[in-house]
Amino acid sequence: MEAQTETHMETQMEMKPQSRRVKVYPAIVRINHWINAVAVIVMVMSGWQIFNASPFWGIHFSRTFTLGGWLGGAILWHFAAMWLLVANALLYLGYNLVSGRWKTKFLPIRPGEVVHDMGEALRGKLSHADPTRYNAVQKLAYVGVMALILGVVLSGIAIWKPVQFELLCDLMGGFDTARRVHFVCMALIVAFIAVHLVMVALVPKTLIAMITGKAKIAEAA
Amino acid sequence: MKSVFATPVTARADKQLIGEVAKRLDAPARRLFLKQSISLGSLAMLTGCNTSTEQGIEDMLMYVSRFNDRVQWALFNPDKLAQTYPDSMIAKPFPFNAFYGIKDVRIVDGNAWKLELSGLVGDKRPWRWVDFVQLPHVAHTTRHICVEGWSAIGKWGGVPLRVFLERIGADLTAKYVGFKCADDYHTSIDMPTALHPQTLMTFSFADKTLPYEYGYPMKIRMPTKLGYKNPKHVTALSVSNTNPGGYWEDQGYNWFGGS
Repeated sequence: MEAQTETHMETQMEMKPQSRRVKVYPAIVRINHWINAVAVIVMVMSGWQIFNASPFWGIHFSRTFTLGGWLGGAILWHFAAMWLLVANALLYLGYNLVSGRWKTKFLPIRPGEVVHDMGEALRGKLSHADPTRYNAVQKLAYVGVMALILGVVLSGIAIWKPVQFELLCDLMGGFDTARRVHFVCMALIVAFIAVHLVMVALVPKTLIAMITGKAKIAEAA
Repeated sequence: MKSVFATPVTARADKQLIGEVAKRLDAPARRLFLKQSISLGSLAMLTGCNTSTEQGIEDMLMYVSRFNDRVQWALFNPDKLAQTYPDSMIAKPFPFNAFYGIKDVRIVDGNAWKLELSGLVGDKRPWRWVDFVQLPHVAHTTRHICVEGWSAIGKWGGVPLRVFLERIGADLTAKYVGFKCADDYHTSIDMPTALHPQTLMTFSFADKTLPYEYGYPMKIRMPTKLGYKNPKHVTALSVSNTNPGGYWEDQGYNWFGGS
């Protein structure tokens, strides 16, 4: 399903090194990605407004970064976007499992490779020559953020339905603790987004690839 | 009960709440809700969102909220009991919460108080305080969860609403039970929740007569719903097949509000 190399070669000036465009992301993954981006942003910003109604840990979110205007409006946004987030996530997971993309893209994640690639990345030496393959840090980050979204959804359900889903709420440590679990998952997702955006700024062709599905890679002639 | 008010304590929260309430009282609630619900800081203005766009977004959000009512109605298990707690865990003091400040709590005269009945009810004679003495009383120590996110454990005692509805010959196949209150609050619930064994017409809090600030003389208490669905100072009960809405619900809070 993935990484099919396009046979089509671009017309090249003779002096330039040859390059070709490879398929990086199938359309469904790109659609999933952008729907997820919208859903997560709406969930986070409306969630901050809801949080402000009864905050903890001395935290308060500026109205500039909240959505909904007041508690009731924010709840409407939050409980609408949740369906988008969950339905989109299920489609994404379903596609990855059925197509086998899950195994080829994200597995295996070897701790040794993560440490090595992290070191390379921090020294600015990590190669992005082949955009069809994730390095070990990417694999860990993407699988990690998927786990965080699972965590934020489960803790969210626990807060939403502490009576109907009492067992889930208990597993989350009870109602008040579940709110904090929900908050911490949100904070880690936001941290992921921050790093993700920095990385995209450093390697802009990944943004192009997430829009067009393709990336140009240089090849030795 | 619920609100925007509230969080017990901090001055900043109080200020914010007062501001929020003042704003809401000034303008027609619906109009304000609509404007505020989509404003992303001032971004809405910058992007030139016009009224029809706002209306479209509001309609979409309300449509999903109605869908969420149906989802919650389906998820509601009439036999599932909310967790109960030892009396030692009762919050002291239990937070006051309403759509007004504690200084404006209604002082209702219990002797003059009547519960008016209307709608799909066999016997519409109003009930007085003494009339409830003949009915069985129970007390449950449960967690009150506010839509704002805080929660507090309290103990409410009184008559199961189901027992009362059966006594007055209410149509138990009707869809809604509505409540009106002495403080001009109103709300409504689905019949399955009204018949839930932990849904009570309460006259006591922590084994003492219900204090004015918690809804004297009678508060409807249901641990399967958020605080704003638990009306205080209830003076009228109606049974119907049309949704009576509610004070907060009409401004955008989810109608079902189930826990």
